[in-house]
Parts: sequence; C-alpha cells; structure tokens
Amino acid sequence: MPKKLAFWQGNMAVAMGGIAAGCRFFGGYPITPSSEIAEVMAEELPKINGRFIQMEDEIGGIAATIGASIAGYKAMTATSGPGFSLKQENLGLAYMAEIPIVVIDVMRGGPSTGLPTRVSQQDVMQARWGTHGDHGTIAYAPSSVQECFELTIDAFNMAERFRQPVLVMSDEVIGHMREKVVIPEPGSYPIVDRKRPKVSPEEFVPYLADPADDVPAMASFGDGYRWHVTGLTHNDYGFPTNEPEEIGKKHLRLVRKVERFRDEIVKYDLEQTEGAEILVVSYGCVARSAVRAVREARAKGIRVGHFRPITLWPFPDKELIQAAGQAKKVIVPELNCGQMISEVKIALGCKAEIIPSNLVNGEILRPHEILATIEEVA
Amino acid sequence: MPREEIKPWLRTRFFPHIWCPGCGHGIILHAILRSLVDLGKTREETVIASGIGCSSRMPGYINANTVHTTHGRSLAFATGIKLAKPELTVIDVMGDGDCTAIGGNHFIHACRRNIDITAIVMNNNIYGITGGQASPTTPVGARATTAPYGAIDTPFDICRLAEGAGASYVARATIAQPVLCEQYIKKAIQKKGFSVVEIITHCHTQFGRKNKRPNPVDNLIFFKENSIPKAKAKEMTEEEKKGKIVIGEFVDREGLEYTEAYLKLIERVRG
Ligand SMILES: Cc1ncc(C[n+]2csc(CCOP(=O)(O)OP(=O)(O)O)c2C)c(N)n1
Ligand code: SF4
Repeated sequence: MPKKLAFWQGNMAVAMGGIAAGCRFFGGYPITPSSEIAEVMAEELPKINGRFIQMEDEIGGIAATIGASIAGYKAMTATSGPGFSLKQENLGLAYMAEIPIVVIDVMRGGPSTGLPTRVSQQDVMQARWGTHGDHGTIAYAPSSVQECFELTIDAFNMAERFRQPVLVMSDEVIGHMREKVVIPEPGSYPIVDRKRPKVSPEEFVPYLADPADDVPAMASFGDGYRWHVTGLTHNDYGFPTNEPEEIGKKHLRLVRKVERFRDEIVKYDLEQTEGAEILVVSYGCVARSAVRAVREARAKGIRVGHFRPITLWPFPDKELIQAAGQAKKVIVPELNCGQMISEVKIALGCKAEIIPSNLVNGEILRPHEILATIEEVA
Repeated sequence: MPREEIKPWLRTRFFPHIWCPGCGHGIILHAILRSLVDLGKTREETVIASGIGCSSRMPGYINANTVHTTHGRSLAFATGIKLAKPELTVIDVMGDGDCTAIGGNHFIHACRRNIDITAIVMNNNIYGITGGQASPTTPVGARATTAPYGAIDTPFDICRLAEGAGASYVARATIAQPVLCEQYIKKAIQKKGFSVVEIITHCHTQFGRKNKRPNPVDNLIFFKENSIPKAKAKEMTEEEKKGKIVIGEFVDREGLEYTEAYLKLIERVRG
C-alpha cells in the first residue's frame, strides 16, 4: 500500500499529530510563531465533531483546555514566548490536579515581546521550572516536521498515561519549515487513553493512586462519578489537606510518577558517537545544523559525534554519559546563553571539557559555524 | 437545618467548612442547593466551578462534579467544560475579587460569548480570605487593610457590567432575601445563555470589623434596611440612591447561546 505523504509546516504537523492522537479540543490565543496551530485546529476540529475555542487570552486558553480534559476530552493548547509565561500558573494547576493536557510552545526570542518572528531556544528551562513548585516534567523538542507529528502523538500518550501536562518545545524554525511527512496509518502507532475507574461511583476515591504506577484512575465530569478537582494540595479524596503526612505523600508522588518511568519516557538520537573524541550535544532546529557539521567533520577525519536529546525533560543523562564515552570535549550549541548545558555539565561533570556555543541574535546556528567550532576544539 | 433532599448534595466528609461562623456564604450555598433540588437537577449532571477565595471554597462542599481552579480563572475552565459537554449544567461561584478584579476579563468575555453558564457572584465588598484587602467593589470611603484611609476608587456595578458585556440574564439580591436569591438562581440556571446573579453578602470578619458592622446580624439588618427594588430606584435621584442596594432583575433577554452556535457550526461544516 502506498504511504500517505504530506508536505507540511511544523505547526501544521503538530496540529495533525494532535488530531491523530485523539485530540478533540483546542483552546488558545493567537501568538506568532504558533498561530498556525490554532488556525489548523479551528478548521479541522469541527469536521470531526471536535471543539475549538479562541479564548480571551492564553490563561483562558489553557484553562478551557484543562476544563475540556476534566470533561473527558483529549485537549491541547499552543503558544509562544509571552503566552507560555501566561500559561504557567494554570500549568501548575494541571500538574497538581493531575489533568492530562498537551501544551505546545513554539519558541521565539525573549525576554518579553522579544523577537516575535525569530527563533530561539530560550524557554527550555521555563519548561522545566516555569510554574512554581515541584513536579515531574515531560517535554519533547522536535527537530523535523516529521517529529512534530510523531512527538505530538507521544506527548498525548504520555499525558494520558501519567495524568499530567506534557510539553512540546518546538521553535520558530521547525514550526514554519516545510518538509515531507510520512503519515502513518491510524492503528499503526500506539494510542494511550487515561485509566478509567474500575470501581462504582460510590467506591471511587479520585486520587487513590495505583501503587503499580503511582497514577490514579480518572473519571470525567458527566460520566456518573462525582469528584472534586482542586489546585490546593489534597488527600486521596481530593480534599484540601494540611496534614504533613498527606502533603508529603501527594507531593512526592507527583515527582515520582515520572521519575519511576524515566527509562520508558526518555528519547534521544545518536550520530556517529562511536569512538568520538568530541561530542556535540544539541536539540531542536540546532541539531539539524549540528548533525550536518558532524558529518562534514567526520569526512575530514575528525572523530566527532552528535547526541540529540529528544526529551529535554526528563533529560537523557545516563544515555549521554554512555554516548560521550571517552570524549574529552563536548560542545553544546544552543540558541540561548546556555540553558541545557547545565544538564550536560551535571551529567558529565569533570569527565570532559564542556564548551558552550551560543547564538542569541535571532538567527539559527548554521552548519559551517558549528563545524568551525568543532575544528577549533579538535 | 437543610431539607432532607438537600443532604445528599452536601459532602459532609469535607466538613467542618472553613467559613467563619455567621459568614454569608453559607446562606448562598443553601440557596443554590435548594434551587438545584427544586429544578430536579441530578448531582451527576451538575458542575460547580470556582476560583480562589472564601466564597470559592464552596464547590468542595457540594457533592457534584466540582472544580476549584485558580484565582479569577474559573469561568475560562467552566467554558472548556461546557463546550466539551453542553449537556451539563454548569454553575460558577465567585467572590467579587475573583470575578471582577483578576477575573474581570474572563467575566466580560463569558458574558459576550453568552455561553450557557450560571455565574453566582458573592459580593462582600472585600477580599475575605486574604485578610480584608480592598476589592473592585469596596465602596468609596470604606476601609480595608490596603485602604487604611478609605477606598478612593469607584467600585464596579457588577450587574451593569454584565448587562453591558452581553449576559442574557442579570439579577441582584442580598442574603437578607433568601427566597429572592433562590428565585433568581433558578431563573438563571433555566436561562439558555450566560446569566449572572450577584448576591450581596457580608464578611463581618474582615469588612465588618473595619466598617462598623462586626456582627453577622448587623449586616443582615443593614441589607434589609438598605435594599430597594429596581422599580423604586427608578424614581430616586442618584443622591438618594447613594449607599443603597438596588435589587431585582435587570436583564432577561434571548440571544444566540455559544455552545448551540458551535454545534450548529459543526453541522454546517460536516454538511
Ligand atoms: C494569582 C493569585 N493572586 C492572588 C491570590 C491571593 N488571593 C486569593 S483569594 C483573593 C481574593 C479573594 O476575594 P474574593 O474573591 O472577593 O473572595 P472572598 O474571600 O471575599 O469570598 C486573593 C487576592 C491568589 N490565590 N492567586
Ligand atoms: S473571612 Fe469573611 S468571607 Fe471569609 S469566611 Fe470569614 S466572614 Fe466569610
């Protein structure tokens, strides 16, 4: 059977990936360079009996998205820079109340209004720690339009599995770039749905987690189970608590449910890391340039490899250590003043010299620039 | 004591409630539950949403589908729930600060969208839960912890705000008229479209203490003595209306409801 092919923008692929994952609700607010995601959803969702709503701001966009998820929908929102900042408070509510949603951030230059039409990777730490308080984070960074599609499906699957928000940290280049996409047949990729209660409404304890995975089953408003959702720290009954034992139990579970399954969540990609004396670590749009630079450097006889975290969070630290092997120099090119490099330093410590390569002028790092850095340190 | 039919609607597991003895919020909770029971609503089809505040702790005590969201944002959450499942009866309970300060934007847009949600605004003219700071409905001259010399900014008239923004049903009563409260809440729930019932209540602990009405009873007497029906208010001058609470129904109109419009759009798109 011929494969279904498309020629899509990254933003289009994110929207179509969401729909392929079962997303039937989108609440959002327009912002460059993410608006195409909302526009595609506005057009596509009514065709499949889904719901699209343009809210009064990004706070409302994520709030409506969480509301729809509580009512049983797979739901997502998309934004950029300033909008991602506005969403942080309600993102925290979704972590605390354990409501699955997907949030797309198409990164542009910041801080503030910054560079609406130009690329950056400045929100990757905000993805981890943007909302106040502890929680486990799952965030993907696509490097191609194909990955925009596939990782949005993964994001929904993880959101449903772990009952929490999952982030797709796209960027202006990936979001606006057009590439060939191979659309998999529905049914050929896994789709995860949130666990439903197995007990009767009378026996239902909404936040009683299964010890096997630390994730409680989730009922939907309107399906006969009555439960209370709150952003206050709560006990198994969903009721606000000030009991130290109950507080600790809930809080630790929010972090542990992701940590425990870290190995199943983490994704990364390797390029010629065998025997590498130099390792380049990059993600998102930068990884495209970096991989090309690594190939060119190899052709010139430089023993260099590339490691690409696909999940920024959890950060693939064990895998990075393995890939770094005996490499003595690790270059970390990023479109920020050095954010993920901290994770590289934590992972590799003093085993290698860790060399930043940062660009924050709204441009993308080009292959020859990364190649020059490789040659410099070689 | 609540009627027998109301008891299953209370989550007694969550008691004792956090409200100060004599707080007006309890009277409103009772009026809402009486309305739901009388209208024959089931707990399964009912959603109660709220933001943050003393008033917003109400959903926890109601044995339905309840969601206690972030400060000011509950109408946006409720909008998502209602659009996802229009068959649900969605009630959003808010304090004056929650609704008209931090949540003001969501409030006017919910009115404009005319989505079938019933907003019940418990207006005690103060931020109760955080210790008596001024709210957008604190009267000029009234004292608050952040207005120690008396508030100087003009308060909102919540009903006029809702009317101007496009709500389908708008009414106001005080907790000194519990039967009227119930009557308006029932009409608001039955109304297809966005409806707003502003209920004037008291926070004797925070507002009362600073404004010479420290006891719940002082406040009830104040509300009784100063409430004037809409018809009577029409004949009064602005000067005469100063310090009075105009009660009654201000808007009762039909308009295109948002979820109905969206479902029609789906039909049109799908052909
Ligand atoms: C973003 C945010 N800002 C501030 C607060 C603190 N806060 C909680 S409730 C509240 C005001 C409550 O007043 P109101 O809505 O009138 O309710 P009441 O307590 O009087 O019933 C404030 C300022 C908060 N929880 N969240
Ligand atoms: S502080 Fe005021 S609003 Fe809060 S419970 Fe006490 S009386 Fe009621």
